[in-house]
Amino acid sequence: MKARFMKRTAAALATVGAMALGMGAAQAADPLKVGFVYVGPVGDFGYSYQHDQGRKAVEEKFGDKVKTTFVENVPEGADAERVIRQLAQTGNELIFTTSFGFMNPTLKVAKQFPNVKFEHATGYKRADNVATYAARFYEGRYVAGVIAGKTTKSNIIGYVGSFPIPEVVRGINSFMRGAWSVNPDVKVKIVWVNSWYDPGKEGDAAKALIDQGADIMVQHTDSPAPLQVAENRGIKGFGQASDMIKFAPKAQLSAIVDHWDDYYIDRVQAVMDGTWKADDTWHGLKEGMVHMAPFTNMPDDVAALAKETEEKIASGDIKIFAGPIYDQAGELRVKEGEVAPDGMLLGMDWYVKGIDAELPK
Amino acid sequence: MIRLEPRRHHSQKMVYLSPLLAIVLTLISGAIIFAFMGKDPIEALYTFFIMPINNAYGIGELFVKGTPLVIIAIGLAMGFRANVWNIGAEGQLTMGAIFGGALALAFYDSTSVFLLPGMFVMAAIGGAFWGAIPAWLRTRFNANEILTSLMLTYVATLFLSYLVYGPWRNPEGFNFPESRAFPNAALLPIIYDGTRVHLGAVFALLIVAGGWVLLTKSVVGFQLRVVGQAPQAARHVGFRQKRMVWFTLLLSGGLSGLAGMFEVAGPIGQLQPSISPGYGFTAIIVAFLGRLHPIGILFAGLVISLTYLGGELAQISLGLPSAVTGLFQGILLFFLLGCDVLTKYRIRFGSASKSGEPA
Repeated sequence: MKARFMKRTAAALATVGAMALGMGAAQAADPLKVGFVYVGPVGDFGYSYQHDQGRKAVEEKFGDKVKTTFVENVPEGADAERVIRQLAQTGNELIFTTSFGFMNPTLKVAKQFPNVKFEHATGYKRADNVATYAARFYEGRYVAGVIAGKTTKSNIIGYVGSFPIPEVVRGINSFMRGAWSVNPDVKVKIVWVNSWYDPGKEGDAAKALIDQGADIMVQHTDSPAPLQVAENRGIKGFGQASDMIKFAPKAQLSAIVDHWDDYYIDRVQAVMDGTWKADDTWHGLKEGMVHMAPFTNMPDDVAALAKETEEKIASGDIKIFAGPIYDQAGELRVKEGEVAPDGMLLGMDWYVKGIDAELPK
Repeated sequence: MIRLEPRRHHSQKMVYLSPLLAIVLTLISGAIIFAFMGKDPIEALYTFFIMPINNAYGIGELFVKGTPLVIIAIGLAMGFRANVWNIGAEGQLTMGAIFGGALALAFYDSTSVFLLPGMFVMAAIGGAFWGAIPAWLRTRFNANEILTSLMLTYVATLFLSYLVYGPWRNPEGFNFPESRAFPNAALLPIIYDGTRVHLGAVFALLIVAGGWVLLTKSVVGFQLRVVGQAPQAARHVGFRQKRMVWFTLLLSGGLSGLAGMFEVAGPIGQLQPSISPGYGFTAIIVAFLGRLHPIGILFAGLVISLTYLGGELAQISLGLPSAVTGLFQGILLFFLLGCDVLTKYRIRFGSASKSGEPA
């Protein structure tokens, strides 16, 4: 403790000395240190991979004006707080914690490091130095639903879910509303694997779903395993978080791609300009935080319809959760002529009417 | 031909020295690997093994990480000595967290000083209950406790998921899967300001001491060793093996349950779907690395903890992948097992008959 205090004091004195000598410019040239915390390995080719693409985009854009650091495979338990703290301790001025389970640890560390700026993905707690951000992935799922509704022959969709949290439930609802918009007979079968990243379990779930007659594979987990199973069994499917076409050249219809690059670049720029604020960002197809991978392995008319749907969601012509919307129990959740507010979407823990599955409680 | 031949007398000193030798060999191979990866080996080793603990917070983290490992490993070691293979400590940990957490959530606005002691008792009961199931299946149906205890781990994890996604979900938490935050009265006090070291660390030390007394000074400890090393002899003198199965599974289950409660009432502060990064499994390695001896386990727990902390810093400071932690743990186990084999056996070249020793 004492040694560190001495070191810090010495550093402070040196800085003061340097400034007094008119060498303050040297300090301004120091790169901005930016830290990233990932829940999975950067090699998952899904969620964490895509955040890391964003980090690389920051490096490319700012060159030696930034220095980025990441820690991967951080468990969402007691360890997260230490990792986030270490990043703050080692001089990172902006830290992105990219998974929901990092919420409370991020806030705890933020309190201890008021001068460090934190960005927490997919959470709902903010502070003076903690901003939140998330993407409207569900908009992409509606487009995927439209494609699936046009493509399926068995009218059975296989859906590999991670955890029944609002984000995933919202995605299922959105996907099915998309599918029903073109094909009211579509049914969905859902398997929960209770993990974001477990290629073995995800693959097994996909196999079980195909055995039950599914001919379209949708996943809300991070590895390419379900899509690879789809490829091997000769059915179609969608990539998750990143364009997974190289894992399934014949099976991938499209993929819902998370695109963090622009957001990360904007936020880093804001810190450099001194305009950073602890606000909440929830962007979708319109802003480009979500986009669809090329529409492949489908007839031209379906691809054209998908393209049109994507554009209409971006322009606001299609409102995915426009009323009337009933839940499974038949209760009217969104009235005719109204659109579900963001607050309802963020806490969505019910299936829309027509989904023939029970939400795990 | 190379073969292994049992040593007639193996050095007792070497049995205890081999973990140290393994650590030294791990450091040397680590340095070589770092050099191949283009990193300065000295700087890399410093980052991995010294930097994590060169300040009070870091040393605190070593204890935070080591506390559950050591507590669980002490219990497991008792069983392993008696040939009772409890592989399901992770599940018992989870049940302990659930039972202890139940009390914290039931009295979420309480300020009573009895809340925390109550949670201790509940957690021990929860873990022991989860250990009792494999014990019953083993003594009643002779079912292999390796399988039953392991399978029960998944039951416990799913049960916790059910609770935090359903009935115990925080009503103010936007439907996200987490419980309410525990009240202050249900949180383990921090014993050193500026760190996260909590009361659980003190209990870990007490449990180490208790384990040592149990093993070396008590009749039960003696029975454990005899049942494990010479089951026939144990039966002859009337030690009841079933009783040992019950005793060790209840003990290791109870201790694992406590460890789980220490996590949720310590650094985490609430129930959530994931509360342990596999402490129950890592503790098995800790138990063996520590020679199934309480004092050895204490040090082994700290060494393994250090590899986790070092792995994080290696990512932050050196840009190494997170796999480096697993790599070090793997190398360490490899050398430990290697040293053990060479302590008990000698390498002979040539065919067996030449040596003239009886097989």
